[in-house]
Amino acid sequence: MYPQKVIIKPRSRLELPTFREFTENRDILYFLVWRDIKIRYKQTLLGVAWVVLQPLVNMIIIAVIFGRFARLPSEGYPYTVFTLVALLPWQLFAYALAQTTDSLIANEKLITKIYFPRILIPLAPVFSGFFDFMIATVLLGLIMLYYQIPPGISLLLLPVFALLAMIMALGVGLWFTALNVRFRDVRYAVPFISQVWFYLTPVAYSAALIPEKWRSIYWLNPMAGVAEGFRWAILNTPAPDLTVFAISSMSGLLVLFSGVLYFQRVESEFADII
Amino acid sequence: MNNVALQIDQLSKRYRIGESVAYKTLRESITGLLRQPFCRMGLTDGAAGDRNARSFIWALKDITLAISRGDIVAIIGRNGAGKSTLLKILARITRPTSGKAEINGRVGAILEVGTGFHPELTGRENIFLNGAILGMRRFEINRKFDEIVEFAEVEKFIDTPVKRYSSGMYVRLAFSVAAHMEPDILLVDEVLAVGDLAFQRKCLGKMESVANEGRTVVFVSHQMHAVRTLCKSTVWLEAGRVAEAGPTFAVVKHYEETGLQSLDDSAPVVIRSSQEVQSRQFFIQRLEMINRDGNRTNIFSYEDHMTLMVEVGGECKFDQYSLEFGIHKDSGEYVCTGVSCLFHGVYFSRSTRTVRIDIGPLIMTNGRYSISLRLRTEMSIPDVWVPAGIFHIIECNPFALRREIKTPVCVIGHRFIAAD
Repeated sequence: MYPQKVIIKPRSRLELPTFREFTENRDILYFLVWRDIKIRYKQTLLGVAWVVLQPLVNMIIIAVIFGRFARLPSEGYPYTVFTLVALLPWQLFAYALAQTTDSLIANEKLITKIYFPRILIPLAPVFSGFFDFMIATVLLGLIMLYYQIPPGISLLLLPVFALLAMIMALGVGLWFTALNVRFRDVRYAVPFISQVWFYLTPVAYSAALIPEKWRSIYWLNPMAGVAEGFRWAILNTPAPDLTVFAISSMSGLLVLFSGVLYFQRVESEFADII
Repeated sequence: MNNVALQIDQLSKRYRIGESVAYKTLRESITGLLRQPFCRMGLTDGAAGDRNARSFIWALKDITLAISRGDIVAIIGRNGAGKSTLLKILARITRPTSGKAEINGRVGAILEVGTGFHPELTGRENIFLNGAILGMRRFEINRKFDEIVEFAEVEKFIDTPVKRYSSGMYVRLAFSVAAHMEPDILLVDEVLAVGDLAFQRKCLGKMESVANEGRTVVFVSHQMHAVRTLCKSTVWLEAGRVAEAGPTFAVVKHYEETGLQSLDDSAPVVIRSSQEVQSRQFFIQRLEMINRDGNRTNIFSYEDHMTLMVEVGGECKFDQYSLEFGIHKDSGEYVCTGVSCLFHGVYFSRSTRTVRIDIGPLIMTNGRYSISLRLRTEMSIPDVWVPAGIFHIIECNPFALRREIKTPVCVIGHRFIAAD
């Protein structure tokens, strides 16, 4: 511990946390993530099994409705596998987005009573979501084993796509959670936004169904790139265009960048208006 | 090294009151945002502020102070004087509107006991979580873990979720974590009002030892006793400005003197808000405090007598009821009680609407006391009113000039006589 000098001034237009502030407070992030994971399934009967059950149930619903009833194509794979592969990153994204949006309000006490870089609060659920995602991938392994789908070398790129899903969740989540402090409307709107987004992402259907002329706009949604990336990495579906991933990654990073800027811009007033 | 721990220059903080401006509609904000990307939204000094100068209040205005390393400084003042706002700014939770403060050293703030505690987690888990949130590093918490548990006296329950703790245990554990921070500057906001007396004393002791290690403590309190005991110097805030700053004995004395002239937090007649009793069938409606001379007041001299006029409202379901009162000192001691049925076999018929209670002589020492009232019927306690009224005792300050550690709650009448 060393004496440090801090100067407290009125808020200015934009302040980014210093690197030292970040390293000094990394234990807070660690414990926030740890708390999330610890308490998530406390007092539930099935406990952590929910992490696997949620995608499993969703998978069955989608496979029955889109595969069995609507008879949509699934590029030669069982509809269950075809869907599950994209469902896993989608749930990572959707969970992280919902939790991140709620995070500041849920941690109001911390904001009004203690100082630390506020951005750690929305950051935590992204990591705890990733923890769930890791457990859920066990399910994926089992199903691949069952259908005897051999893993390919492209599997190594999976973490990159997972990262893109997290970046996207964080970027949008930062916007939403900061806006939510001022306008509680946001928390009511997020479930709808999430639902619409789900159908704009090739999770329940194949991206091949999208007409050619809409493609370039379609890929602006980074989650579309993530879902297709997962299919490609795991199932060895035909490799999509590189530009697809370039567009998805770029728009993902742009959202994250703007999210961080906006968050930091309004951060100092959270304690006054929350 | 610089000997100043905190240098505060012309610090001011303005808050917006009322909701009219603070909550712009989402649409307004979005259009504003589109017109001017990343423009100022909301609570800033922009044009929106000037339009509505009336809806602002200065919580702090031009505060200038210097606090030296190793000092224990109390900040006193009435509710709304700006004490907590000042502490929040120093803790970097909220920003000043103008002015600046310079802090030399690591700051630890206890603005609330147990911030970040999660009821589902065990005592052990909460120590780590809370410790980290308060700014301790993991290895620090590891090192102090046993000490924290021992100080809190919760060894047996350390692996029990804190939601099963009694409120006393919870508070002890929470304070214990906070007390084991090792900041250069400790900011404490009125947290000593929690816990039982023995634990409060332990906390005071802990704070004293913190100061003896050369750390700086800034301490907000309403408890003049604790302030006198702990702090060499005191800052008295009044309506956001420094009314007086200097040696504790002088500042506190002046504060108490003016306090008695304008007690804004209490009145000799207290009427219950209808909201508070709307769900009750039978309740206490009004309390009046009267002194020996028959005047309504809430300032009583030592050995004065007090008469309480208690008015009930609603409908009593039973034929008769009885009444109970209690007196608490604001430092937490339960001073005395009286129950009409249990002590005296006195019952009031349901048609009695006003009860007079004569109390005295009042042998308590100087300070702020609260009265609690309770209705009792045969089967139940239909209403409890806590605190019903506030009163002050003056002219009994046995240790006014010396900083004795223990001021008693009461001074019972006595004589000393040479008997040999």
